[in-house]
Amino acid sequence: MTAIPLQPPRRLVEFTLDGEPVRVPEGGTVLDACRAAGKDVPTLCEGDTLKPKNACRVCVVEVEGARTLAPACSRRAEPGMEVRTDTERTRHSRRLVLELLASSVDLSTTPRAAAWLKEYEAKPDRFGPDAARLNEEPRVDNELYVRDYDKCILCYKCVDACGEQWQNSFAISVVGRGFDARIAVEHDAPLTDSACVYCGNCVEVCPTGALSFKSEFDMRAAGTWDEAAQTETTTVCAYCGVGCNLTLHVQDNEIVKVTSPHDSPVTHGNLCIKGRFGYQHVQNRD
Amino acid sequence: MTKPDRTRTRQDRAGGSRGRDRAPKSYTRLTQPLVRDRRDGPLRPATWDEALARAADGFRRTRADHGPDAFAMLSCARATNEMNYVAQKFTRVVMGTNNVDSCNRTCHAPSVAGLSAAFGSGGGTSSYAEVEDTDLIVMWGSNARFAHPIFFQHVLKGIRAGARMYAVDPRRTSTAEWAESWLGPNVGTDIALAHAVGREIIHAGLHNTLFVERATSGFAEYAALVEPWTLTLAEKVTGVPAAAIRDLAHAYATAERAQLCWTLGITEHHNGTDNVRALINLALLTGHVGRYGAGVQPLRGQNNVQGGGDMGAIPNRLPGFQDILDDGHRHKFERAWDTVIQPRYGMTLTDMFEAMESGGLRAVYCIGENPAQSEADSEQAARRLAALDHLVVQDIFLTKTAEMADVVLPATAAWAETDGTTTNSERRVQRVRAALTPPGAAREDIDIICEVAARLGHDWKFADAQAVWDELRSLSPDHFGMTYDRLDEHHGLQWPCPDLDRLPSTFLHGRLWEADPALRGPRAPFGLVHDDPPVDLTDESFPLRLTTGRRLDSYNTGVQSGSFASPLRRGEYVELCPEDAARYGVVAGEEVRVSSRRGAVVAPVWVDPGLRPGLAFMTMHFPDEVDTNQLTIEANCPIAGTAEFKASAIRIEKLAAVGGEHL
Repeated sequence: MTAIPLQPPRRLVEFTLDGEPVRVPEGGTVLDACRAAGKDVPTLCEGDTLKPKNACRVCVVEVEGARTLAPACSRRAEPGMEVRTDTERTRHSRRLVLELLASSVDLSTTPRAAAWLKEYEAKPDRFGPDAARLNEEPRVDNELYVRDYDKCILCYKCVDACGEQWQNSFAISVVGRGFDARIAVEHDAPLTDSACVYCGNCVEVCPTGALSFKSEFDMRAAGTWDEAAQTETTTVCAYCGVGCNLTLHVQDNEIVKVTSPHDSPVTHGNLCIKGRFGYQHVQNRD
Repeated sequence: MTKPDRTRTRQDRAGGSRGRDRAPKSYTRLTQPLVRDRRDGPLRPATWDEALARAADGFRRTRADHGPDAFAMLSCARATNEMNYVAQKFTRVVMGTNNVDSCNRTCHAPSVAGLSAAFGSGGGTSSYAEVEDTDLIVMWGSNARFAHPIFFQHVLKGIRAGARMYAVDPRRTSTAEWAESWLGPNVGTDIALAHAVGREIIHAGLHNTLFVERATSGFAEYAALVEPWTLTLAEKVTGVPAAAIRDLAHAYATAERAQLCWTLGITEHHNGTDNVRALINLALLTGHVGRYGAGVQPLRGQNNVQGGGDMGAIPNRLPGFQDILDDGHRHKFERAWDTVIQPRYGMTLTDMFEAMESGGLRAVYCIGENPAQSEADSEQAARRLAALDHLVVQDIFLTKTAEMADVVLPATAAWAETDGTTTNSERRVQRVRAALTPPGAAREDIDIICEVAARLGHDWKFADAQAVWDELRSLSPDHFGMTYDRLDEHHGLQWPCPDLDRLPSTFLHGRLWEADPALRGPRAPFGLVHDDPPVDLTDESFPLRLTTGRRLDSYNTGVQSGSFASPLRRGEYVELCPEDAARYGVVAGEEVRVSSRRGAVVAPVWVDPGLRPGLAFMTMHFPDEVDTNQLTIEANCPIAGTAEFKASAIRIEKLAAVGGEHL
């Protein structure tokens, strides 16, 4: 017998979502069903290529019969369950999570954060102007990517991407406890003295821009970053023969950052340093 | 299970220095055509019309004076399938020769030759996803952690799911750090090791007798061939402990599913094809091929080195792996192209360089290759290129090779500035799309080739890359089912894909397991290959074995990878183990003279405890600073023509007292 079981065909699980019957493949989550049904459930720590960490609690839903709210990202669908996504209780909980996060973290580069704050009528200011902020300068210690701790929500996605789920480099981890918890390389040293291999797979999964490509960071600082003017084109990396898919983000005919489609069977959104950062040679034009 | 992956920091500590600031040469894009008015004159800017006319005139003259076989095309393993298709069509239709090849020859041609000989098809047999579901992974002569990092993520998934991995490599690499067991054979003793593994499997009665009887041929001869390779003899020859060889043999033979992967550590030897056959023998012996999760997998070194060959940009095959010697195949293409194709194989890249020396080859159209720096014994390669009557180079940079050209044609970067497809190591054809506008007057490869063809009397009309692809699909049954729309829809498709309505299998050669002999098809023969040590012997004058490879953040001759600000880059070093550094009295960072029987370079020392006494390591990433290929030997595999980059004999000498730079 083989040690590794092959995946059997998956059955469909039926349950009720906001009063409507839905079906997801066995093993699928409530969030999968919500997305398939076109429901807009906010998520931050959830990553489509990562195992759920249940850190942010912004995706909570109400499951009938359960005492507490359940995170949709990790709650497996079960036959016959009744799930409600938009109740007073879920709205209240999401509002509080957003208020706590937005009062302590800079969410200015978190996609959709502003819209969610408005939708849930969150008022992060109610904790006062000097609510617990780190107020640290972004760390620029290499030419490829920047770490801005003011924007970190401690979702652990970067740690998981760097660690056993994908990259297995283990360059970063959570240090400290409670209020002192933060993501750091060993001895909180500069990246250039760490085990980092600059694959950028942590940047790929960061939901808030706490990790950002230096190209983007510099353009934002200069006021020239213009996402509306950018095109995204998916092509194949020009380095080794593995054939990784690259999505080139181009502004004014310059590649400004490189990502990879998370549903690519080759990369699952991951790249190496060459694919992620080794594009400058095509735009050495003079 | 967490294992630290800290090769670099460990090396930092061992090396004792952060590396020096060695900014590699940075290349600027070519934006206009260049021509040379006199042989010894400089290149000067020209219009497209003038440059194209000169390029075409030279080819016309060569064909008139010396016949079609005095021309050769070096096609590009980094360009699209479509460009490779047009380049080989140019060679066969416009020039009338089969002299078309690519740098495929310098890396994985032995894999293609070995796989073809065994299975009749030159591709790796498995998909990346299968390595996640396998039980045993053998990484033989492959530092995939550095050279193929995203493939290695699939390996890591497999390891985390419970698969065991064995690493076979003279160096204890960062791939080996993840292994259950590391077997470190002496450079060039892979056949001895493989034969010993095979013998042990047979003697332990662990070979798959049913598979061997039904699907293979030559087992008796193979068993006799490996009989002398006892564990004791193999330990003596390879340096690998007998118990470790026995362990690998038993683990491989008893695994339900096993993947055998290799890279250039197997192919870049003077007997690379034999090495590949020796590994394939093990898969045949155990039936680890033709099933989901069980297969043999070469990891290709360039984005389209698989596709270039698939498209017929090789001297012995027409597009879609169709043999030139097969009358039926040839006639099909002759009808489609309205031409006559010579019924014989053209020159390989290796033959071409020899023919430059002998004068048989007079004109070369070189697209996107840099042979003046990438060939083994690079000084000899440059001298041979200089002897040509007419050299046309089409590239995105003024490379060393382009600097020698009569006409330089500025092209687009395939992966970011053109539309088309490339084919990866798992035979997956994927779409490449233009994201950038090319600089200056640079033009797409296919346009340029068609312009030259037009000036030689062949007016080809391809509306776009898709038109080229559809012509290829009409001629290659294995690609017929891959329309651009389907490639978009399925994240690429793997060949063979003959149907428009069915998805292809993820693995090859399932036929070998059919009960019906008619469906099973031709038997896969065991390769009766012999142990043959490296050509460049070590002796008292050249006591160290130099092997070569890649680093994580750099690539080949560095033309592409030199331009980004990698925090990992530390320039070229000659890497030695701590024992050898002590023996020669050199310290990390100290510049030393490295000499082989062919040349000498000066390089600083790096100390790597992953090496062992007698073994040194260098890369070819920084040829403008340290031209490692001045040291390597052009001892070629007689079947595939690949040079023995992996085994040179060298010595290390301290520079005069003034030269040392102690950090």
